Amino acid sequence: MGWIGETVDSIKSIQIRQLFTQAISLGMIVTSALIIWKALMCVTGSESPVVVVLSGSMEPGFKRGDILFLHMSKDPIRAGEIVVFNVDGRDIPIVHRVIKVHERENTGDVDVLTKGDNNYGDDRLLYAEGQLWLHRHHIMGRAVGFLPYVGWVTIIMTEKPIIKYILIGALGLLVITSKD
Amino acid sequence: MHSFGYRANALLTFAVTALAFVCAISSFSDKFSNQNPSVEIQILNINRFKKQSHGNDEVSLTLDINADLQSLFTWNTKQVFVFVAAEYETPKNSLNQVSLWDAIIPAKEHAKFRIQVSNKYRFIDQGQNLRGKEFNLTLHWHVMPKTGKMFADKIVTSGYSLPDAYR
Repeated sequence: MGWIGETVDSIKSIQIRQLFTQAISLGMIVTSALIIWKALMCVTGSESPVVVVLSGSMEPGFKRGDILFLHMSKDPIRAGEIVVFNVDGRDIPIVHRVIKVHERENTGDVDVLTKGDNNYGDDRLLYAEGQLWLHRHHIMGRAVGFLPYVGWVTIIMTEKPIIKYILIGALGLLVITSKD
Repeated sequence: MHSFGYRANALLTFAVTALAFVCAISSFSDKFSNQNPSVEIQILNINRFKKQSHGNDEVSLTLDINADLQSLFTWNTKQVFVFVAAEYETPKNSLNQVSLWDAIIPAKEHAKFRIQVSNKYRFIDQGQNLRGKEFNLTLHWHVMPKTGKMFADKIVTSGYSLPDAYR
């Protein structure tokens, strides 16, 4: 019966104030990360200011696991720019280079054709059924800078979700058991 | 304050910060490089110039490209992507850019070259506006760094024109 007494004692010794302080600091960390992310979205004008390269279609320039910084401005889209776009009906964005541009005289609407540097043919096979060109509203941003290898963390967490759970579990345990 | 966990944490944070700082500086050093590339493009031959079955003009031509892009390479350069685009205006479109040929230059030694090549990608207009059309051939390059900001620029060479009649 002694161990029941010990357990009850240890539960009583967890001070409520300390627990709340730790919970609030954890909440602050998560919230400031969210604030930084939203601020980046504002500054770069793009819905997702950072993307991870998932395929090898832009090698040797961008390898799988690199991250790209995006920026979207009102400047017209020109050949040679590396753009990130979403095809209607697909949720994974694609990062390829613009090879053809046809811009309308009056409205400024533009027809764009893209191709991955490492692919043999252009992207018409990737576009939606019957779609020959991309338009401005498909494009989420232009790639302006990049960091190699950093994106592997995201790829591993997406492809093996068990690692994500283990990581979150370990972090949670660390927060609860740390003494300050 | 001296447990293994704290020490590992402090070391890791410092390492990541230092790495990020070095990446930022190496990208910044690209601003100080002196760049003066040069290029000369000639059209050797117009191989084919016809109207497609669905009504758009198509041209096939052979280009002679003589370029020296060695000054674009810095120690932070991974590769230079270079392409030649034909740029012209039509009544319906204020700007058309059609990429005719591209290549990846992986190192400084390969950056000075002269090649004769026919267009890698089809030169197709939106319409039938290409007879007698004057156009520019612009060499664009895109410097992709080992880390950091990417730079792109171009050299415009003008004065090229297509024949007045289909062949």
